[in-house]
Amino acid sequence: MKRKETAAVVSQDRIADGIFSLWLQVSFAKEAEAGQFVSLFTADGTRLLPRPVSICETDKDAGRIRLVYRIAGAGTEGFSKLKAGDRIDVMGPLGRGFPIDLALGKRVLLIGGGIGIPPMLSAAKAIRLRDPDAAVTCAVGYRTNDRYLYNDLSAVSDVVVSTDDGSYGVHGTVMDAVRFSDADPQLIFACGPKVMLRAVKEYAKTKGVPCFISMEERMACGVGVCLGCICQTTGIDEHSHVKKARVCTDGPVFPAEEVDLT
Amino acid sequence: MTDVNMQVVIAGVTLKNPVITSSGTYGAGREYSEFIDLSRLGAVTAKGIADVPWEGNPAPRIAEVSGGMLNCIGLQNPGVDVFLERDLPFLREAGCGVIVNVVGHEPDEYYRVVDRLNGVQGIDLLEINISCPNVKAGGLALGTDPAVVEEVTRNCKRYASQPCIMKLTPNVTDIRAIAAACEAGGADAISLINSITGMKIDIERQTFALSNRTGGLSGPCVKPVAVRMVYEAARTVSIPVIGMGGIMTADDAVEFMLAGASAVSIGMANFIDPYVPLKVIDGLRDYCIRHGIASVSELTGAVHA
Ligand SMILES: Cc1cc2nc3c(=O)[nH]c(=O)nc-3n(C[C@H](O)[C@H](O)[C@H](O)COP(=O)(O)OP(=O)(O)OC[C@H]3O[C@@H](n4cnc5c(N)ncnc54)[C@H](O)[C@@H]3O)c2cc1C
Ligand SMILES: Cc1cc2nc3c(=O)[nH]c(=O)nc-3n(C[C@H](O)[C@H](O)[C@H](O)COP(=O)(O)O)c2cc1C
Ligand code: FES
Repeated sequence: MKRKETAAVVSQDRIADGIFSLWLQVSFAKEAEAGQFVSLFTADGTRLLPRPVSICETDKDAGRIRLVYRIAGAGTEGFSKLKAGDRIDVMGPLGRGFPIDLALGKRVLLIGGGIGIPPMLSAAKAIRLRDPDAAVTCAVGYRTNDRYLYNDLSAVSDVVVSTDDGSYGVHGTVMDAVRFSDADPQLIFACGPKVMLRAVKEYAKTKGVPCFISMEERMACGVGVCLGCICQTTGIDEHSHVKKARVCTDGPVFPAEEVDLT
Repeated sequence: MTDVNMQVVIAGVTLKNPVITSSGTYGAGREYSEFIDLSRLGAVTAKGIADVPWEGNPAPRIAEVSGGMLNCIGLQNPGVDVFLERDLPFLREAGCGVIVNVVGHEPDEYYRVVDRLNGVQGIDLLEINISCPNVKAGGLALGTDPAVVEEVTRNCKRYASQPCIMKLTPNVTDIRAIAAACEAGGADAISLINSITGMKIDIERQTFALSNRTGGLSGPCVKPVAVRMVYEAARTVSIPVIGMGGIMTADDAVEFMLAGASAVSIGMANFIDPYVPLKVIDGLRDYCIRHGIASVSELTGAVHA
């Protein structure tokens, strides 16, 4: 069940330049699934809208979720000041996550670009939890050699890295890293900027591999009522019977072929 | 003192309390039923419904502004057929009042929807959104011309078996003239304000924040404008007024009622905190107890100089 509550900050660390890792004590950690997200609310009464942030990890026993985010503006800047014991309003768990069932017994390729990397950790962990022998490869693209979450990912998957500036791994885009890895995936999950998702979708199509991508859009309600967060779909959507799906509730994870990324 | 009488009567329809949720901010109730018991609400107003599905605008449709938000959803909706089949049955069972919001590009489209809703069980009130951009008027809202407003009101009343609330746009010079036109056309009630047309420019990218360039402003930043308009409208007409625009707390709701509203409606606040409508109901009751008021409806128009 979705809910809104005031959560306690368990810990917060800066894990790279402008990138923060935040653990929150929440009542819904047990229900949270890989690829789902939460809405964070600022303490500033003039910035009212939610900041959607993907769930990066969950500690279901301790009732905690981990969020990894980049400072992108005043809201996230404010979150970066939080310390253990502070409080923050959060709504979750929101959206539809990755179809982990489909990954069991398959060679899975997880592709993350930039701040799209955190949800790939939750996906990798969820697959491992259900299938300890799963063959999971993560292809992750960074701007530079800051490699946040690299160690976490390495613990649960084979990792190939690209950097835009060539300071580590493959010099180029994450798709260059994918090609370099000679991965032969049977299933792909991806999250990252639209240009990356477009390339991933194309790659999956060429390879004839099922592919699920996580989309991003401005949100107001986060629960499917305002129709603010739509993405263009290839078919008639179920909710409004036009070609527009709600990223917050029909997604953020969609089968790649259902989303029109043009 | 004994418990406060929270009931209000709008156009002959008794609501268990004066707290309504606003069109476009509440879907058809289903999503928020995961957070709250809808049967505690005075009424839910469903998202604007047209005669056929509407695509709405491309993304981005949302922009945050200080103390509020802009939206250019463009009234995306699945059309009246899907609404009646899928959404109304749920809402009808929810145990709250049911208000159906009607949209159109031109008068005939409104009448077609109203005609379809005519006689449908489980709809307590219709709310006619005359803030939609009108194609023939070059995108100007129907609701900006008193003569057109009166005519559309009269015709809606002709097709409707349910009482009609006319929902006014604040994007006019004199809200009193529009309110008077609704009453002259036979409206059973009016509601206001719809969102105020605004714009946000992304200065880094030097472009518009919204796909449509302009969007509707709502949230706490509009409240003083809304309270003023509710006051002016309520002094002009003798039909009930439903007040909205930036209500976040029970205190805000009291302000609207004192200004002349018989009921209040909560929009953007639902996005920030789905429990706001319940907090407003409880807070209104507390206010009445604190002020020795036996019936919440006594607040309506009670402001004095
Ligand atoms: C489903 C989803 C998952 C996300 N997961 C993560 C994550 O795990 N880590 C991370 O760092 N970021 C994530 N983002 C992006 C994150 O929501 C934005 O960076 C954040 O909202 C910026 O807020 P701000 O106040 O710092 O920026 P401002 O630019 O000041 O924000 C102004 C408004 O725009 C909205 N906004 C700005 N950028 C975005 C964006 N990219 N997407 C959606 N809304 C935006 C804000 O929510 C706010 O309402 C995710 C976005 C979505 C939609
Ligand atoms: C995202 C969004 C969608 C809306 N859609 C509708 C609509 O379909 N029909 C309508 O009459 N008003 C619509 N409105 C206006 C609200 O019902 C309300 O009049 C306005 O937002 C002011 O109230 P608030 O400040 O409490 O949100 C919408 C508002 C928002 C924010
Ligand atoms: S954010 Fe409101 S529908 Fe998705």
